[in-house]
Amino acid sequence: MSSPVLETKGLTIRFGGHAAVDDVSCAFHAGSLTAIVGPNGAGKTTYFNLMSGQLPATSGSVHLDGEDVTRLSTAERAKRGIGRAFQITNLFPNLTVAENVRLAVQAKARAAASLWSRWDHHAEWINRAEHFLEEVNLQDKRDLAAAALPHGDKRKLEVALMMALEPHVYMFDEPTAGMSVDEVPVVLDLIKRLKAAGDKTILLVEHKMDVVRSLADRIVVLHNGQLVADGDPETVIASPIVQQAYLGSMPEADSAGEAVS
Amino acid sequence: MSNALLSLDGVHTHIGQYHILQGVDLVVPRGELTVLLGRNGAGKTTTLRTIMGLWPPSKGTITFDGQSIGGRSTPDIARLGIGYVPESMGVFADLTVAENMRLAARLGPPDAARLDWIFGLFPALKRFWQLPAGLLSGGQKQMLSIARAIVEPKALILIDEPTKGIAPAIIEGMITAFKELKRDRTTILLVEQNFRFAASLGDSVAIMDDGRIVHRGSMKELAADSALQTRLLGLSLAAHQ
Repeated sequence: MSSPVLETKGLTIRFGGHAAVDDVSCAFHAGSLTAIVGPNGAGKTTYFNLMSGQLPATSGSVHLDGEDVTRLSTAERAKRGIGRAFQITNLFPNLTVAENVRLAVQAKARAAASLWSRWDHHAEWINRAEHFLEEVNLQDKRDLAAAALPHGDKRKLEVALMMALEPHVYMFDEPTAGMSVDEVPVVLDLIKRLKAAGDKTILLVEHKMDVVRSLADRIVVLHNGQLVADGDPETVIASPIVQQAYLGSMPEADSAGEAVS
Repeated sequence: MSNALLSLDGVHTHIGQYHILQGVDLVVPRGELTVLLGRNGAGKTTTLRTIMGLWPPSKGTITFDGQSIGGRSTPDIARLGIGYVPESMGVFADLTVAENMRLAARLGPPDAARLDWIFGLFPALKRFWQLPAGLLSGGQKQMLSIARAIVEPKALILIDEPTKGIAPAIIEGMITAFKELKRDRTTILLVEQNFRFAASLGDSVAIMDDGRIVHRGSMKELAADSALQTRLLGLSLAAHQ
């Protein structure tokens, strides 16, 4: 197998005496989509925070494209290609939807090279921003203040911001939470397109098992901060630890899905 | 409509330049669970916030238990026995879980049996009782937000997407808990995208679009009628698997 794009080795963080992420070693490869599941408080978001640099590791390491990035800031890791969308949205509330995306486009342009001189590319930035707005189906809301968006649209805007940074690692933290049923397919299709490109490494924290089944090549299970299962979706979903600790007595686990039957 | 605990009649709400609610007519029957559905931006959260007095209605009347509450302050409205679980959760990060709960218990220290019931529902809250709520995970903060709203009996609870970010096993427990609240004659108005959850609890359903209620009926009828779902919600829920 090709060398991993993103890898953690013995990654651990302690808050006081509590190990929120406890000795997690795991490797993620290009062209794959890994779902990370587990009970609330299992350490899923904290694991993301350690990889993207929002939190400093107590011990262990994070490697991106073979480079040890454990001591690098979030911004440095983002420049190297880690993109992150959050469970709790992070936007510029008083800027419009389009301005939020354009800032991300500009940040990418500045990071990329000096090919981009300052203002001559303003129109180009606007076009790029428009492209990402269309990707998430927010083009009709481009002039609204981000703060005025309903929750589901904020999630979509955040995905657009991540895409505008053109990372090669995508980390989605419950991307469809709070989205109405007619909006969910927009985001799922987008993730499917990213996956189909074949060169992206995609990580997804998700409670909706129907979403996990339709997207993931692999499931990693965290429980009390530890990696307790890792494998193909059918095997992992059928495993006793997932059945007991996570799904309860809802083996089909469409609890957060939309099936009526 | 003496059976209505809460009713909204022609309610309009403006947020800055935006005209969000455009004449909402909604009846929440006493002792029942009413589900409010609709696409993103339809006005569901704004409806709950307007009922709580967090946005002032610009027109129309809101009646709770026979008295008009439109335009009253949020604390006044809360004192009438209305609990609210906001979309943003609103937990106090620097206070402990216990302190967050104590603040929500307006009638005195929380009743021990009720706390045990809540701990059974959300074991994490017991485990982290003396820790700052800011250390909770996203899903656990959501649990705390719900726990605060049910820490003492309420006449009406408004809940904005309680299942968001919650693991499947816990959602199952929440269905049981909400049924128990209903048995205690608590009236619930629930905004929810998880249709299976909503359908297993809802007595009646209202669907919003563009700031208005476009459908009112029984949940059972909507759950059984995929053509109606397609027409009202823009997608066949059964097909979306």
